[in-house]
Amino acid sequence: MDLEYISIIAAALTVSAGAVGPALSEGYAVARAMEAIARQPEAAGPLARTLFVGLAMIETTAIYCLVVALLLLYANPFIK
Amino acid sequence: MESPFIPHVMFMLGPVPISYAVVVTWGIMLGLVVVAWLSCRHFSTFPEGWQAAIELLIVTIDEQIGEVIQGNSKRFLPLIGSLFIFIAIANLIDLLPGLSAPTSVLETPAALAMIAYFSVHYAGISSQGLWGYLKSYAKPSVIMLPFTLLSQITRTFSMMVRLFGNMMSGQFLISILLVFVGFLVPVPLMALHVLISLLQAYIFAILATVFIAAAMADTS
Repeated sequence: MDLEYISIIAAALTVSAGAVGPALSEGYAVARAMEAIARQPEAAGPLARTLFVGLAMIETTAIYCLVVALLLLYANPFIK
Repeated sequence: MESPFIPHVMFMLGPVPISYAVVVTWGIMLGLVVVAWLSCRHFSTFPEGWQAAIELLIVTIDEQIGEVIQGNSKRFLPLIGSLFIFIAIANLIDLLPGLSAPTSVLETPAALAMIAYFSVHYAGISSQGLWGYLKSYAKPSVIMLPFTLLSQITRTFSMMVRLFGNMMSGQFLISILLVFVGFLVPVPLMALHVLISLLQAYIFAILATVFIAAAMADTS
């Protein structure tokens, strides 16, 4: 089992594991934002803005997993 | 397949290598300056057409900033507006044939995140004074000091990685689909790319505004 094969499998596992958590959290956040907008439609502007900022925060962990996977594939320091 | 972390050097300006992303950035800057100069030559009190569109854009950005920074929002309108417009155009230019988004290499989002980082410090120091701003790092209690210091670095890093990751992965996906599946298959993905480009530009600008507002004095 060469280092290249392990890196490829690790990159695939990293991205798949890293996509689950943020997806569930973002779905929950959007659902609660929908409820809040339905209760107070006149506050839709600030609510949508806060939702986007929160989604950007949640998305960050998924992007960290992507960056690790890319480093494993393209900038792997252990493979010459 | 070429690594997304290797810059494509086009020519050398003395000792400095100029990469493809930098050349595209210069082109975008030149285009924006020319359009701005041409739009501002004849102002009419009752705007119509192009002037009305530009005024709509500027007023919308101003209102968005004003809702986050309670108070003098005009001070940061040039910075945040330029960030938003530049990032939106730099992301969307990927759709033109032959051109590649400068934000899809790591250097451009890093530079933009550094601009946001230093403008946060500038806003804090100019509104609270140097010692007041440094004291605000320990504001709820001194225990929070390492966390606030660390959060400065991680949130700037995450701004850079968010923009880079979204743009680069969109470009990757479209090129992989194009090569391995078929000719017109990436078209729905390119439509999604338009949405993601504008959304990421908006998120970058709003996050920069929120961080600047958090660093300024709480005079409410």
